[in-house]
Amino acid sequence: MKSSKDIIERVMAIVFLVCGIIAIAAVFAICVYMFISGVPAITQIGITEMLFSSVWEPTAAEPHFGILYIILTSIVGTMMAIIIGVPISVLTAVFLAEIAPKKLAAVVNPAVELLAGIPSVVYGLLGILIIKPLMYRLEMAIFANSPDHQMTGGANLISAVFVLAVMILPTVVNVSRTSMKAVPAHLRSSSYALGATKITTVFRVVIPAAKSGIITSIVLGIGRAIGEAMAITLVAGNAVNLPFPFNSVRFLTTGIVAEMSYSQGLHRQALFTIGLVLFIFIMIINILLSVTLKKAGEAGEE
Amino acid sequence: MSIYEKKKHPFEAVLYGLIYFAGAFAALLLVGIIGYVAVKGIGSINPTFLTTVKSIANGTFGILGYMVNTLYIIIITLLIATPIGIGAAVYLTEYAKGGKLVTIIEFATETLSGIPSIIFGLFGMVFFGQTLGLGFSILCGSLTLTLMILPIIIRTTQEAIKTVPESYRQGALGLGAQKWRIIRTIVVPSALPGIVTAVILAIGRIVGESAALLFTAGSVYLLPQGLFSHLLSSGGTLTIGMYLEMAEGNTDNAFGIALVLVVLVLLINAATKLITGRINKKKGA
Repeated sequence: MKSSKDIIERVMAIVFLVCGIIAIAAVFAICVYMFISGVPAITQIGITEMLFSSVWEPTAAEPHFGILYIILTSIVGTMMAIIIGVPISVLTAVFLAEIAPKKLAAVVNPAVELLAGIPSVVYGLLGILIIKPLMYRLEMAIFANSPDHQMTGGANLISAVFVLAVMILPTVVNVSRTSMKAVPAHLRSSSYALGATKITTVFRVVIPAAKSGIITSIVLGIGRAIGEAMAITLVAGNAVNLPFPFNSVRFLTTGIVAEMSYSQGLHRQALFTIGLVLFIFIMIINILLSVTLKKAGEAGEE
Repeated sequence: MSIYEKKKHPFEAVLYGLIYFAGAFAALLLVGIIGYVAVKGIGSINPTFLTTVKSIANGTFGILGYMVNTLYIIIITLLIATPIGIGAAVYLTEYAKGGKLVTIIEFATETLSGIPSIIFGLFGMVFFGQTLGLGFSILCGSLTLTLMILPIIIRTTQEAIKTVPESYRQGALGLGAQKWRIIRTIVVPSALPGIVTAVILAIGRIVGESAALLFTAGSVYLLPQGLFSHLLSSGGTLTIGMYLEMAEGNTDNAFGIALVLVVLVLLINAATKLITGRINKKKGA
């Protein structure tokens, strides 16, 4: 005998299942659509012409769609942001997790959390008004005697890198701090018992023990930096160039933002190919992330 | 070396210095950003700025349209995303007990949270905008953002549901209640503070979002013509408005909007703290 209650139970079980599956469907749909929209330009232009040519002239009479420099800029820019941002972030995490008195940590912690919440356009605005002029001054000082250098007015790779370095800070700090906090106290006590100072303990015991968490935080930081668009669109300069610090450059993300609104036909399809390249980078980072997390989980179980 | 001497790291003093510098840097960064935005932005805030829309004829600038659009997008996105997110969390914690599907759903959620907003923007533009024919509209933007905030809602709700004591469920089960009834009357109400936190976090994400909305909701700054017809018309949010002002070099207007955004972020953060503080207090009691 089936009462209406049983039917409701059945229906609700299915409703909840469907809700769960929506996340899978979304990822699947995004994958499929990124490929569907990104591949036509590749087949039309040719994969080598697109990926290994450096000339990007989508609106010329004889258009060229080489995105090599754009890809290189995203890779180099992200790496530079990580090199600048990660040491400061990890040290901040050490400060918060190990060194700072509780009361001080209680002030700095929410500050870092707030940094994560500030919209990326706000970082972009500050980049334009603070970092750009500073870098322009530096640029003028460095290249005062080299007429070959094309002045960028501060809108260049290094300015964008500083903005990115600041933007990855909250992510890296929070995840590293949590993993350092999770290091069992007996490891620290043992280290102290052997006569080690606090600093030795932090650098020889806590950081190695929290290694997987710190690596996770760096991978998350890479993901954040490579995917950021709006904050750096107006500070990177937006000319397609080799990624040298004082060159005006275009990232994968900023290329899309800058041209999507007026692009048509093959040009628009090529922009979707840029999106596809970015998406593939992100998926690689995601897979790296789940591998490191899995490894960390296994190490924790041992 | 005497055993009474501590084993010092060779660069002990330098490292201490660097660590304190880094901590101070992070704190000063926030103070600097908020201070700078406040000082630069406060001059732009006036009644015209807050209560009108940009008027080329009068040469005035205002953000009311952007504010209304932001509110629209927050409400519509939450109306769609919250039930789905809670549903998924309930499925993961109450129905599925381990198994492959759970791993796949969790991997999918993980992946979604790692996708940058510009990719959501491209996908939303093609799928919701072109395939489903929504074009540039509030609804298109909201659907796109739904996918983006789903992971936050699922994960935060999941954590909240996990803290509901098993004895509650056992008690209800003992009284003869079935699963759906237990979920409806015990699990979800007990996890409500956690769910509210999830919603507030999601609001924070929506308020700060720009890249995913540029190609989906568009950038129109006007006030809505009709309450419901507005869903299908284009509307820019505060962040989009700010970006456009930045791009045109109107930094004063941009700083005004930045100040409004920062205040919103501060409020959202305070609200989250308040609620999680209450939850922890309850747990302690």
